[in-house]
Amino acid sequence: MAQRIILAKLGLDGHDRGLKVVARMLRDAGFEVIYLGIRQTAESIVAAAEQEDADAIGLSMHNGGHLTLAARMVDAVKAAGLDIPIIVGGIVPDVDIAKMHVLGVATILGPGTSAEDLVTAVRGAIDAA
Amino acid sequence: MLEQARGGDRRALGRLLSMVEAGGAAADEVATLAHPRAGNAFVVGMTGAPGAGKSTLTGRLTAALSEGGRRVAVLAIDPTSPLSGGAILGDRIRMDGVVSDQVFIRSMATRGHHGGLSLAAPGMLRVFDAAGIDVVLVETVGVGQVEIEVVGTADTTVVVVTPGWGDAIQANKAGLLELADIFVVNKADRPGASDARRDLEYMLDLGPAAHDPSRWRAPIVSTTATEGAGIAELAAAIEGHRDWMTEHGELARRRAHRLRDEVRSHAMALFAEATDERLASAEGIALLDEVVQRRLTPAAAARTLLSTN
Amino acid sequence: MPDDQEHLFETMSGVPVAAVYGEGPLPGEYPYTRGIHPSMYRSQLWTMRMFAGFGTAEDTNARFKELLRAGGTGLSTAFDMPTLMGRDSDDPWAVGEVGKAGVAIDTVADMDDLFRDIDLASVTTSMTINGPASIVMAMYIAVAEQRGIARVDLGGTIQNDIFKEYQAQKEYIFPPRPSVRLVTDLMRFTTAEMPKWNSVSVSGYHIREAGSTAAQELAFTLANGFAYVEAACAAGLDIDEFVPRLSFFFNSHLDFFEEIGKFRAARRIWARWMKEHYHATDDRSLRLRFHTQTAGVSLTAQQSEINIARVALQALAAVLGGTQSLHTDAFDEALALPTEKAARIALRTQQIIAHETGVANVADPLGGAPFVEWMTDEMERRAEEVFAHLLDLGAGSMLEGVYAGIENGYFQGEIADAAYRFERQINNGRRIVVGVNAFTDGDGGGGDTLYIPAETEALQLERLAAVKQRRDSQSVHDALHHVKAVAADPTANTMPALIAAVQALATEGEIVAALEEVFGSYTEKATV
Repeated sequence: MAQRIILAKLGLDGHDRGLKVVARMLRDAGFEVIYLGIRQTAESIVAAAEQEDADAIGLSMHNGGHLTLAARMVDAVKAAGLDIPIIVGGIVPDVDIAKMHVLGVATILGPGTSAEDLVTAVRGAIDAA
Repeated sequence: MLEQARGGDRRALGRLLSMVEAGGAAADEVATLAHPRAGNAFVVGMTGAPGAGKSTLTGRLTAALSEGGRRVAVLAIDPTSPLSGGAILGDRIRMDGVVSDQVFIRSMATRGHHGGLSLAAPGMLRVFDAAGIDVVLVETVGVGQVEIEVVGTADTTVVVVTPGWGDAIQANKAGLLELADIFVVNKADRPGASDARRDLEYMLDLGPAAHDPSRWRAPIVSTTATEGAGIAELAAAIEGHRDWMTEHGELARRRAHRLRDEVRSHAMALFAEATDERLASAEGIALLDEVVQRRLTPAAAARTLLSTN
Repeated sequence: MPDDQEHLFETMSGVPVAAVYGEGPLPGEYPYTRGIHPSMYRSQLWTMRMFAGFGTAEDTNARFKELLRAGGTGLSTAFDMPTLMGRDSDDPWAVGEVGKAGVAIDTVADMDDLFRDIDLASVTTSMTINGPASIVMAMYIAVAEQRGIARVDLGGTIQNDIFKEYQAQKEYIFPPRPSVRLVTDLMRFTTAEMPKWNSVSVSGYHIREAGSTAAQELAFTLANGFAYVEAACAAGLDIDEFVPRLSFFFNSHLDFFEEIGKFRAARRIWARWMKEHYHATDDRSLRLRFHTQTAGVSLTAQQSEINIARVALQALAAVLGGTQSLHTDAFDEALALPTEKAARIALRTQQIIAHETGVANVADPLGGAPFVEWMTDEMERRAEEVFAHLLDLGAGSMLEGVYAGIENGYFQGEIADAAYRFERQINNGRRIVVGVNAFTDGDGGGGDTLYIPAETEALQLERLAAVKQRRDSQSVHDALHHVKAVAADPTANTMPALIAAVQALATEGEIVAALEEVFGSYTEKATV
C-alpha cells in the first residue's frame, strides 16, 4: 500500500509554491498525498490525519512563526495520541533547528532540498516513528 | 476497533478503512465483522465532468445532511498517476473545512488496491455502514469506467452538470447520463443555466422513463454550490428518491444487485489469481508455448486450462 | 542629478553622451517600447522605494525615517499577515504572526503612528495590501484628514490587485466578483478625489514568485490590467479618467535579457491594447508605468552574501528596462526580514547604479541591440497567445476570461507546472544555482538576522485593547451597520462608509467581518 502523507500550511501565510512542488515530488515517488493546502489549523490537520490514517504530516513554513506553529502541531498530535512524524520544510533559521527538534519535529528540510533527499527523508521519518 | 468506530472514534475508523484498502486477510476479517452490521447506511454517488463543482457541492450537501445529528461520511476518489503509482488527493479541502464529529472525510486513489477500486470501494462503504454512518457520499470524477461503476451502484446517483454541458461530449460518451437518478445543474447563476435544464428535460423526454409512470424520472435541481443555493432542494430530492425506492422495492433490489456485483468482483479477482497461477504452472507454460508456436489458438488454450482441475 | 540643471551628461572619462541613440520610435513616443519619457532618468531618476514593515507601527515608523535619511525617495509599507488577511492582532489566527512579516495595523491609531512626523503631502507612499485594501486606504485618508491635509495632495499607490491573489499570492478574503467591486469602488473614489493617487498596482511580482515564467508574468499581469480596465468602465468610469492612474509592478529576475525584453514588451503591449482594443485617447493612458522589485525567490540562504551580486544584476536589468521605481531586496531576506544594515546595502546598490555607472545618462541604452529587440518581440508574441486564450475563455471579454481562468484553475495550473519544471531542472543539475547545487563550499552559515522580539505581539495587543477601551461602542456599531448596508447595495460606493468606520475606531477585522456577512468568504480548490 502506498504511504500517505498530509501536506499543509498552518496559520495565515499563503505561499504555497514549495508545498505544491513537494506534493508533485512525493506523488512521483509513489506517495498518496492528501493535500490540505493553506490556512489549516492544527485541529483540521489532526482530523484529516486520523480520517485518512496518514503515515506522516508535512508542514511548510515561511514567515517567522515556525516555533509557535510547530509547537501547536506537536501538541495537537500528542493530544490525539497519534504516533506519526511531523516533517517541516521551508525557512527555519539555523539557530532554531535544534529547538524545533526538541519541540518534537522529526525532520526539518531546508530550501533547495532535492527530490531524492526529500523522499529519503520522508520515508526515513515514517520508518523511524 | 469496530466498536470504537461505532462509538465515534475517528482514528479507529480511519485504521479500519486502511485495513480494507490493503486487502488480504485483515480486510477479510474486517468484512466478516462488518457485514452483519451493515445495511443501514444510505449511499449517494456524486459524479459529473471535471470542473462541475462536485467537491463544493458534496461539501455543502454533507453539511446540510449532518444537521439534525446524522453521521455523514464522504469517500472522495481521485485518480492515481499511472506513471508513479502515487496520487494527489485534493478533494477534501473544498468540503467546507468544518471539523465536526459528525462528518468523516476519506480520500481514496483509484489504484493501488488489492483487486482494484471495484473491490476496495464497496469494502470501504461496508466499514462506514457498520460503523454507524447514516449517509455515505461517494464522490468521483466521472471519467474512468471503474469509477462510474462504483458510483453507479450507489442507492442514489447524482450527476452534476454545469451550463454549457450540452457540449460535454465526453460526459455523454461515458454513459454518465444514463446513471443519473438526480441531475444537478450547478453554477446555476451562470448564463445558460435554463438552457442546460431544458436540454436535460428534453433528453429525459426521450428516455425509457418518459412514458412509463412506474419508473423514476430524474428530477433536475439547480444549485449554486459556492453560495449554498439549492442545497436544501437537492437533499429533498435525494430523500424523495429514497422514499420512492423504498415504496417500490427498488432500494432492496439495488442493494442486492450491488452485493451481487461485489461477489462477482471477488470471484473475478480470485479467478484471475488462480488463472495466473495456472499459467505459471508447468502445464500452463507448455500450453503457452503451443500458442506461441502457432499450433494452438489462445481461446483453445484457455478452455484447456479451465477444464483441468 | 535630477536637481542639477547644469549637470553634464558625460561618461566618467568626460565623453559627452546624448539622451538617446538609434532609429525608429523613440523613448516617449508611441508605442513606448523604449520608455515612457523622452529622456528617462536624465530628467528624473527612478524612485528608490524600499519596502519596509515589521513589528508595531512605531517600529516601522523608525525604519521609514532611517530609509528617508539614507536617501530613499519614497515609502513602501509591508503589513503583517493578519493585517493582510483582514484580521486583528487579537484574532486566534493571528497568534504568532503579529508584526512578523510586516507591520501590524489594526486601527487608524496604528496608521497615525506609522506615519508619525512624516509629511503625507510631500512623501509618496506605497501600501502593499490587497484583500482589505479599501479599509487600509480608508485609514490612510482618515489620518491625512486628521492632519488637515487635502485629499488632492495625497500621492502614492495602493496595490489593491485582487486578481493575482486568486492566481498566486492567496491573500484573498471575499469571492472574486465582490472583491472586484471593492477595487472599482476605490478606483472611482480616488479618481474623483485623489488625482495623484495610483488606485491599483497591477502586479506580476507575486505571479513570478509563485513560479511562473517571465512570459506568463507579463501575460497574466497585463491580462489582469485589461480586466480591471473593463471592470472600471463597467462601473461607470471613462477610460481616460482612471487608466493614467493604474500602475504596474513587476519582478526583476536573473535572466538579464529576458527581463529587459519583458519590460519593453510590457510597454508596447499596453500602449497598443489601450489604443486599439480599448480606444483610449489620452496619451497618459497609453504609457505603462511600473515599479519593480528584485526577485525574492532567487535569494539563497546558502552563502547569503552573494545575494548582493544577484540583486545588483536584477536591479540593473530593471533600470535598463526603464522602471519608474525600484525596490532592491536585502541579501539576508531568504532567511528573515532584513536587518537595517542589509536594507541599507540594498539601497546603496541602487545609488551606485544611479550615480556611478552612467546607465542613467541614456534612455533605453540597449534599444536596437538585435538580441534585445528579438527578445522584446518574443515576449510580446508569447503574451499574445495567452491573451487569445483568455479572450476565448471569456467569450470576447478579458474580464470574464480572467474570472473563468481563476475558477477553472488555468492560472494556478500554469504557474504550478512552471514551478515544478524549474525545480526539476535544479534538481537534476540542468539549471545551476550558485551555492545550492554548484560552488557550494564557502557556506559559513547565516549572519545576524532580524528577530522580531516575542514582546511585539503583546505590545500590539495592548495598543489594540487601549483603542477599544477609549472608543464609543455605539458609533462603531452604527458605522459597521452602515458598511453592511452600503456593501449590500451594488450601486453604492463603499469608500465613504469605510472611512467613517475607521474614523469611529472600528478595527480592520471588524470591518472585514461585516463585509464578509454580505459578500461571503472564499475557499479555493487548490490546483496542485
